[in-house]
Amino acid sequence: MNTLLDVQNLSKAYGSVQACDRISFSLYPGQILGIIGESGSGKTTLLSAIAHQTPSDSGQIIYRNSANQILHINQISESERRQLMRSEWGFVRQHARDGLRMKVTAGANIGERLLDIGQRHYGRIRAESSEWLEQVEIPGHRIDDLPGTFSGGMQQRLQLARVLVTRPRLVLMDEPTGGLDVSVQAKLLDLMRQIVRSLNLSVILVTHDIGVVRLLAHRLIVMRHGKVVEQGLTDQVLDDPHHPYTQSLISATLVP
Amino acid sequence: MIVSTDNLEPGFNFAYLDEQTKRSIRRSLLKAIAIPGHQIPFGSREMPMSYGWGTGGIQLTASIIGKNDKLKVIDQGADDTTNAVNIRRFFKKVCGVSTTEKTAEATIIQTRHRIPETPLRAGQTMVYQVPIPEPLRWLEPSEVETRKMHALSEYGAMYVRLYEDITQYGYIATAYDYPVMVNDRYMMRPSPIPRFDNPKLHMSEALQIFGAGREKRLYALPPYTSVKSLDFEDYPFTIESWGKACEFCGATNSYLDEVVVDNHGGRLWICSDTDYCSQRQSAQRQNAAAVSVVNTSSVSPEIFKNGGNRS
Repeated sequence: MNTLLDVQNLSKAYGSVQACDRISFSLYPGQILGIIGESGSGKTTLLSAIAHQTPSDSGQIIYRNSANQILHINQISESERRQLMRSEWGFVRQHARDGLRMKVTAGANIGERLLDIGQRHYGRIRAESSEWLEQVEIPGHRIDDLPGTFSGGMQQRLQLARVLVTRPRLVLMDEPTGGLDVSVQAKLLDLMRQIVRSLNLSVILVTHDIGVVRLLAHRLIVMRHGKVVEQGLTDQVLDDPHHPYTQSLISATLVP
Repeated sequence: MIVSTDNLEPGFNFAYLDEQTKRSIRRSLLKAIAIPGHQIPFGSREMPMSYGWGTGGIQLTASIIGKNDKLKVIDQGADDTTNAVNIRRFFKKVCGVSTTEKTAEATIIQTRHRIPETPLRAGQTMVYQVPIPEPLRWLEPSEVETRKMHALSEYGAMYVRLYEDITQYGYIATAYDYPVMVNDRYMMRPSPIPRFDNPKLHMSEALQIFGAGREKRLYALPPYTSVKSLDFEDYPFTIESWGKACEFCGATNSYLDEVVVDNHGGRLWICSDTDYCSQRQSAQRQNAAAVSVVNTSSVSPEIFKNGGNRS
């Protein structure tokens, strides 16, 4: 099988601080890759470097698009990159407020991605919006409500619907369950697991929550000080950690 | 043509601005005309009036006006409102040019809210006073980002506003400053004209230039430029209609203002374009006189006695 995304020797420094140090990994279609590590380990920088929101210093990000073309993310033009981010890629942010337009209704939030890719039929856009609200378990009658009137968990699900409406192939998630209480988190994780499977999505999931990766991720990368200290299958890494840092990270988890 | 300099205010350069400034604005204007609908920065000067009173439009007019020009200034369609009267007087003072209220006679028409009902012709120039030139500003506060969106033609988000309108009201309720696509390339804000006037922008014979003094931006529509108002496939663009006729001239195809006339809810509708209205009335009077009818008075109610001569 061909890889969907290849990251090779990606580095990014903020002055003297090496946020990402020669990171390499491959992602296959339908795979969920978890990236864990403590705060400041470079997880989020890695994610935004992949999306080229923070330009990387060196390294390659190679993506195979739906037309089976090889794209070098840091070499293609900005318009191609933005086009990609609007159609085949999606970015789910930690704070729903950053990923949503808070001043327009839920329906418009979902519809915006469709408008971005050129749909101009109100009726169809609205139908698709309500379909996606249903998918993420938000009652259909809330389609004309502002996201500000939603609970935190609903906002996060709305953000998910907004990203998924264009059927992306690759979704980058930055702490999607951060700031949610445990029961809401469980519900969101359950939903994400279902959707990811049914749509055959590839996901890069950044989190510091080991419970989340155990539930969702197929493979795991453990980062520390901008370096990958350990990687492998999720169960393998979590149940039999080799690197001392991974061992301490896992033993520090509160969950029994 | 010899311009009498009697009424010229001494101590000013022709058209108030100095020649270098006018030249620099004209250079920006040429760029704007070369790229229809694209906003060009220009060195906007302090004018002897506050922002919001048409400083952008005045600078454009000042930089293109010549001694042989005939200037018309309208505000809300009327030639006799404070802003229109003062701007006209200003140019009379600093240029000594002749002014007119007749659309057909004018070579330069400065406006804020309306496009005259009388069709514009080749050789005329419309100058619009623009408060906020950036159509994407409401959704993107960053200038860097909006420029990028223009450069990459990323206008999808603009439709979110129309979507919200339909969701909320059942139709596109944006009544003025209705965004347009120019030449299938740039999205443009047509200054606060009612959407009734949007179709007049399309393939206009006249040159149309837009100036925003505070924001220091200008843009232009060269003659015969395609201008499309945004809409949805299932909610096409429509203009306002009133189902009424102008109280004075009986026009049904012009933009009508609603005027409250008493404390009992009495109201009437009149043309917002005063020149158009009075021309129609005088034509009607002439016709009536030709038919030698005694009663030439229109149906003007009491408070608008002589309303026909408002201009």
